[in-house]
Order: sequence, then C-alpha cells, then structure tokens
Amino acid sequence: MPLILEFKSSTFSVPVLVLSSDDLPVIEQRLQDKINLAPEFFKNSPLVLDLHEINKQGYNIDLVAVTEIIRKAGMFPIGVRGGNAQQNKQALELLIPIYSNHIGGVLAEAQKPKATEPEPKAELDFVTSTLITQPIRSGQRIYATGDLVITAQVSAGAEIMAEGNIHVYNSLRGRALAGVQGNTEARIFCFDLQAELISIAGIYKVSEDLDETSRGKPVQIYLQDQALIIKDIVQHH
Amino acid sequence: MARIIVVTSGKGGVGKTTTSAAIAMGLAKKGHKTAVIDFDVGLRNLDLIMGCERRVVYDFVNVINGEAKLNQALIQDKNCKNLSILPASQTRDKDALSQEGVGRVLDELKKDFEYIVCDSPAGIEKGAHLAMYFADDAFVVTNPEVSSVRDSDRMLGLLASKSRRAEQNEEPIKEYLLLSRYSPDRVKLGEMLSVDDVQDILSLHLLGVIPESKSVLNASNSGTPVILDEKSDAGQAYADIVARYLGEERPHRFIDDKKGFFRKLFGSK
Repeated sequence: MPLILEFKSSTFSVPVLVLSSDDLPVIEQRLQDKINLAPEFFKNSPLVLDLHEINKQGYNIDLVAVTEIIRKAGMFPIGVRGGNAQQNKQALELLIPIYSNHIGGVLAEAQKPKATEPEPKAELDFVTSTLITQPIRSGQRIYATGDLVITAQVSAGAEIMAEGNIHVYNSLRGRALAGVQGNTEARIFCFDLQAELISIAGIYKVSEDLDETSRGKPVQIYLQDQALIIKDIVQHH
Repeated sequence: MARIIVVTSGKGGVGKTTTSAAIAMGLAKKGHKTAVIDFDVGLRNLDLIMGCERRVVYDFVNVINGEAKLNQALIQDKNCKNLSILPASQTRDKDALSQEGVGRVLDELKKDFEYIVCDSPAGIEKGAHLAMYFADDAFVVTNPEVSSVRDSDRMLGLLASKSRRAEQNEEPIKEYLLLSRYSPDRVKLGEMLSVDDVQDILSLHLLGVIPESKSVLNASNSGTPVILDEKSDAGQAYADIVARYLGEERPHRFIDDKKGFFRKLFGSK
C-alpha cells in the first residue's frame, strides 16, 4: 500500500497574546501599536489567545469581537487557552482549538515588561519565549523566534539559536547564537561556559578564542562596540 | 505489557551485540520470555554470538516480506527455552527494512514475549533508526573515550526526537547508560575517561559498568553469551545490569581498581 499520509508531531513557536483588559478599542489600538514595531513579523502570523489573566481579574470578554480585531490586524488566531467553559464553547463555535494552560502562567509571568519600558501598565503583552527542559544533544538544532530558556545541558555538537536572548541554566557545550536576526542588544547567559562557539548578531568567537578565565563559570555575553564581552554574572568586589 | 529495548550507540565496535546477547539471555534466565532481533541486515553477527548460526533458515527480512512466518524464523536458544533469536539477513541491505514491516513484526512478537531486545547496527541511518523507532527503553552502550561519548550523545538526541514515542508525544523513551570496555587502570593513567567524566557529559542514569575483559572475546568465539560465564567479571557485570533494570538495588562494581596488594606489587595482566 503506498503511503498516502502520516501524522507527525512538531513543536512550533507561536506568539501568545495575553489580554489584561476588556476594553476593546484600547486593545485594538495597543495591538496596532505593537504590530507597527515589527510589521513583517506579525504579518499573517498565527496567534494563540491567552485569557487566563483577564479571567483572573474577573473581566469578561466577547471572543467574537476580539477574534475580529486580531483578524483585522492581519493575524490568524489558531488557539485559545485559559478560557472558562463559556469562552471555550464560543472558541469552538469560531472553529478555534482550545489549548491547555499548564505552562501559560509561568511563561506569562516571566514576560512581564521590563522596568525600563515607559508604559506603566501594559494591557497586553506578547509572549514568544521558548522553554526547554530536556537536554539538547549533539546534532540537535533549536531555533526560537523570541528568547530561548534552557534548563538542561546543551551538548557539544548541538546548535541553539534565538532572535532574542539565550539563557542556559546548565552546561553550555555546543554552539549558541543569540540575536540571529541582527538584534545587537541580545545576550547569552549561561551557568557553565564550555561553548564551541558563541555569537551575538553575527559577531562570534570560537572556543579557541575564549579566555580561559571565563570557562566553566556562570557568565553573560553581550556586544559592546562590535566586540563580544564575556563577564562573570556574579561580580566580585 | 511487552517492553521493547533497543541496544544502541551510534559508534561501531563498542559492544552492542555482546550487550544484546547478554541482557537478552539474562532476562530469559530470570524467567521472562525474551526475543532478541538482529537489525544489522547485511552484517549479521548476533547469530554467531548466540551460537545459533548453523540453525538459521529464515530471517527478519523474510518475515517482513511475508516469505516466512515469524515462528519459522525464530530460533529457540539451546541454553534457555525462554529465549528466541530473530536473525538478520546476510544477503540483503538495510533498505529491505520498512517502518511498517518492522512495526508489524514487533506487534506480533509483543503477543508472545515480555521483552524484545533490538540489536541496533552502528551509525544513525535507516537500520539504526528502525531499531530504535519503536523502543520503550534504550540501552546506550558507550566506551570511555570522547568519540564514543559524542556519538552516544547524538543517538540520545535522535531517541528524544525521531522515535515513535517522540513523534506521538508519548512519555519519552527511558534511557540507560552502559559503560563498556572500562579499565580502571587506564583511567588512572589518564588514557580513558572516568565514569564521572562520561556521566558529566551525558547526564544519564548509569545502569552498569562492564570491565574490559578477555572473557568477552572467549564468549564471542565460543558462541555463548558472556553472562553465562558466571565466574567472569564481564558476566557478573551483565548480571548486575539485568537485575538493576528489573528493579533490584545492586551496588556498582568494576569502577575501582580491585587488584590485590601483591598483584599490584608484582604487576599482572
């Protein structure tokens, strides 16, 4: 029998829209503002809607109206999570699948806007960080469109890439490339630096060029005047 | 429910077939109905190590192609009636294996056997992929040297991403480390990686250390799995490994140099 089709499982990195307000005109305005920052990134992008926060605060929201706003902004809602029974029913009527919410809270928490951002309280926030808890073995490649957080080791011969920052709370022995789309502000943080190669926005160092004093320690790596700086995370005075 | 164990490594010559033969025999001797399959199509070896090479009529590929029934191809071991061997074909290559065919044979074996041990070929190509694809447990055989450790790491990556369990989002394959051809003397001289070095790189549950031993070669030459040589160090190491896999607590042996004072003083082989 010839192979007609088969099911495969894949993991995708999809932006999650966390709503913290039920004010539809404000949501629409803020969403457009965010999109204007990186129109190409959001154009025709899939999107998962996270209702956990808004339900926690006791607001209710018209899913039909929100979906319309998202579609008008040029994105495709492909899922809802954190919704209550009524919202989930509404979502299914709109042919939008329901996702479970078990990691939603943690991720949303980690993505609270940084203190430097001028907005006092954001009504919505994009979560595009990828969390990995399994070891990245030799030969594996990981690409994250936002930040990449890895709690297990990254083996020699593995390659991890992120458009944002990279955090490895374990040994980093493979290749780590942060800011791969040119973000010079991206940083690499790791618990134990033994990397084969590190790169930020295309500027790289191979293992041989690494200073012996920075090996095997918790360090952060960032760009300054087109040069990679490796610094101990714990500063000794 | 039957469990499928793959014995794999990436690298060749580290002791996969020796390990497959030993643990399959060990499980069978403990009273579990066990089948061991040679996935190394074209480089058939398991039948030699098991000492049944003169009784091979049909093979794995014949069964996959429907040219023979599974019962016709299975060879019952002479030492232990709980153990059956499904030999590889020597005249074909790995392309004779198909995912659908392998799955069908494994499903049929699962009805009659408690454990199915898949002896993987070296490499990461089709034969090795199909050997691990349906596995529930993986025994990763590694020698204490850097290239073997790196290849094992690569294989672990494939187990985590390209297996049936990974593709269907089921509970991942349980991975165990078997460190073979270990020589504490040479570790001390800095010629080999230590258990700790390997553990540090692979961070994997250590099921056992098998010492470098003449008994392994003797066992291969005579076609009896080394685990049946109960006096040998390697035989005991495999017996420990089988017991630990079945849930028994046993202290690790063969990690430290256990030579007596006089042997150390005068030197010996």
